[in-house]
Amino acid sequence: MTELANVFNLDGARIPFEPGQTILTAALAAGVYIPHLCAHPDFPPHGSCKLCTVTVNGRDGPACTINALPGQDVRSDSPELNEIRRVLLQMLFVEGNHFCPGCEKSGACKLQALAYDLEMLSPHFVQFFPNRKVDASHPDFLLDFNRCIMCELCVRASRDVDGKNVFALAGRSRDSHIIVNSPSGRLGDSTLSIDDKAAHVCPVGAILRKEVGFVTPIGERLYDHEPISQVDLAEEAK
Amino acid sequence: MAFLETATSPEKLRRIAIDPLTRVEGHGKVTLLLDAENKVHQVRLHIVEFRGFEVFIEGRPFWEVPVTVQRLCGICPVSHHLAAVKAMDAIAGYRRLTPTAEKLRRLMHYGQILQSHAVHFFHLASPDLLLGFDSEPTRRNIVGVAAEYPDIAKQGVLLRKFGQEVIRHTSGKRIHGTGAIPGGVNKALTKAERDEMRAGIDEMILWARDAVRLVEKLHLSHPAFYNTFGEFRSNMMGLVDRHGALDLYHGGLRARDADGGTIFDHVDYTTYQDVLQEEVKPWTYMKFPHIKALGPETGWYKVGPLARVQVCAFIPSELAENERKNLLALGGGKPVHGALLYHWARMIEALHAAEVIRDLLDDPDILGTDLMADKSERQEEGIGVIEAPRGTLFHHYRVGDDDLVKFCRLIVSTTNNNQAMNEAIRAVAAEYVDGRVITEGLMNHIEVAIRAYDPCLSCATHAIGQMPLEVDLVDGDGALVSRRRKNFSGAA
Repeated sequence: MTELANVFNLDGARIPFEPGQTILTAALAAGVYIPHLCAHPDFPPHGSCKLCTVTVNGRDGPACTINALPGQDVRSDSPELNEIRRVLLQMLFVEGNHFCPGCEKSGACKLQALAYDLEMLSPHFVQFFPNRKVDASHPDFLLDFNRCIMCELCVRASRDVDGKNVFALAGRSRDSHIIVNSPSGRLGDSTLSIDDKAAHVCPVGAILRKEVGFVTPIGERLYDHEPISQVDLAEEAK
Repeated sequence: MAFLETATSPEKLRRIAIDPLTRVEGHGKVTLLLDAENKVHQVRLHIVEFRGFEVFIEGRPFWEVPVTVQRLCGICPVSHHLAAVKAMDAIAGYRRLTPTAEKLRRLMHYGQILQSHAVHFFHLASPDLLLGFDSEPTRRNIVGVAAEYPDIAKQGVLLRKFGQEVIRHTSGKRIHGTGAIPGGVNKALTKAERDEMRAGIDEMILWARDAVRLVEKLHLSHPAFYNTFGEFRSNMMGLVDRHGALDLYHGGLRARDADGGTIFDHVDYTTYQDVLQEEVKPWTYMKFPHIKALGPETGWYKVGPLARVQVCAFIPSELAENERKNLLALGGGKPVHGALLYHWARMIEALHAAEVIRDLLDDPDILGTDLMADKSERQEEGIGVIEAPRGTLFHHYRVGDDDLVKFCRLIVSTTNNNQAMNEAIRAVAAEYVDGRVITEGLMNHIEVAIRAYDPCLSCATHAIGQMPLEVDLVDGDGALVSRRRKNFSGAA
């Protein structure tokens, strides 16, 4: 196989890839953004949020788990796929309590930034309005179950990087929820510490460093000036 | 006028409702009960919306509250933002702010005073004052003012815009920003931002003074009417600095009686519960605060511009103080109590706010970058008080060791004015409605009296489960069939 053969087609653009790269990582490396939420460059793909769904040779699948192969015909930025992505976001928003106006993650939240980028104008579905108590038992971190989107980034970080298994996902289907591995089930009784990767990887406002709050002014937050598509690509290029 | 609160035989009376009240913030209504000769027997201001912030703030982290709680309102969110953050300063262990942080918070607050007073006077109240209380209702609005008095309308819009720009530069957004955080502020002012505001402020001061003169001119055209419309004697309360001067950001509580005598002075606002108390009534969601030592019958008071300019010894800016003296001259040494005088006092405060903004922009500290205070010991309880555009605003919180709010009490400006507004509409009803043929114009007189207080009805209703309620079922002859009551705890 020649080096030139390691190319696939993404929305009409030729995307080169290294063997072993997924469609998502190859696209990002080539400077083409595919919306994604649970994918993170430091961890193996998870494929749970389905936001990166693309059409590969006529079949839909997550770009974060499908390996890039020579000659693939991949469709991503189409009205149909973006509509599916908007619906996925809407379901995430109504499942929890995502009140951006009062959330300190606002402006730096991937869920919010993707909703802006994909032009989600309303939640559309009936809000669940769950009543989940905040776990504030840890001296340094707050766990707000109302905002968890179950991307399992904290689960993966704690297990794969920190070697602690502080977090896990329990329950099935709509009863799925994040749990804490401690005798009481409370974060304060877990082994989570301030240097843990799991404590800083949350893409939304579910795991927050205490007393930081709104320390970053409006205008200096991650997504204040550029959409997530550009910010993430700039991060990728570093 | 307290006798007009509850009619003795309501079932035999005709009910008229002004619903919804227009050109006020939030949703409310007024009900009047009249007999066959249109004699007024009962007048009540009801707040028909419900917020419930005091409850859903509980269980949230304390540093989130100053941003969340300001969503009570879109007109003066900065007041809630700053009152909450002052309480959280104490809870988080910050005792004294850096000079830059305090001045930036003051700048934000006075920007808000300017924009809120401008929106109230020009957008909400001026249609009554400039076009007439009983003018054609479809034109009695800011569009009608703009058609008739384009220069005045334009100045009102631009004064508001300027105030909002001050808020944006200090909090990041014109409405619902995040500038103040426990211990200080999150954003320094850039020289470009300062210069932009400085370039416009002198014109704003001139326009604000023109607005004071406009109200003065209106008063002097019909002094007897303007001085006595919705007039009733009452106590007054507001914050003053240690010299007794008007200070809208911080100070001690001072209360005067209807003749200007001191009831209490320089009360540390963290001890407000020693001097103030709230009463609840079964016919409205809004509480009735009063001065504890005087009791609910005589201890209620006015807050807001007309109270503040008379509670303080002086306004610490030259132009506004001169205008204050003109206003006070009406009383010949005694306090004045006419409802429409609120507009005059409000524009004096707008002028003062513009002068303070200018002085703060000229202060070198305003460009400082030392934004956060040193932290000391945490405390469980925090109370923040500020003079919001509409009057004294209390935020009271208790926070657990886990950083979550476990108690929240808000006594907002409009709540402080609850009895006063009810008295004002009863005075107007007795004077202008009683025994007459009811017209839209006459009903608007009632609304004019409420508007004078610039109430924010959204902010004023937030307690849940604490409101007593009484429902009577009466037959066609007015005989009581059954009565259901709910007490303070919600038990039937």
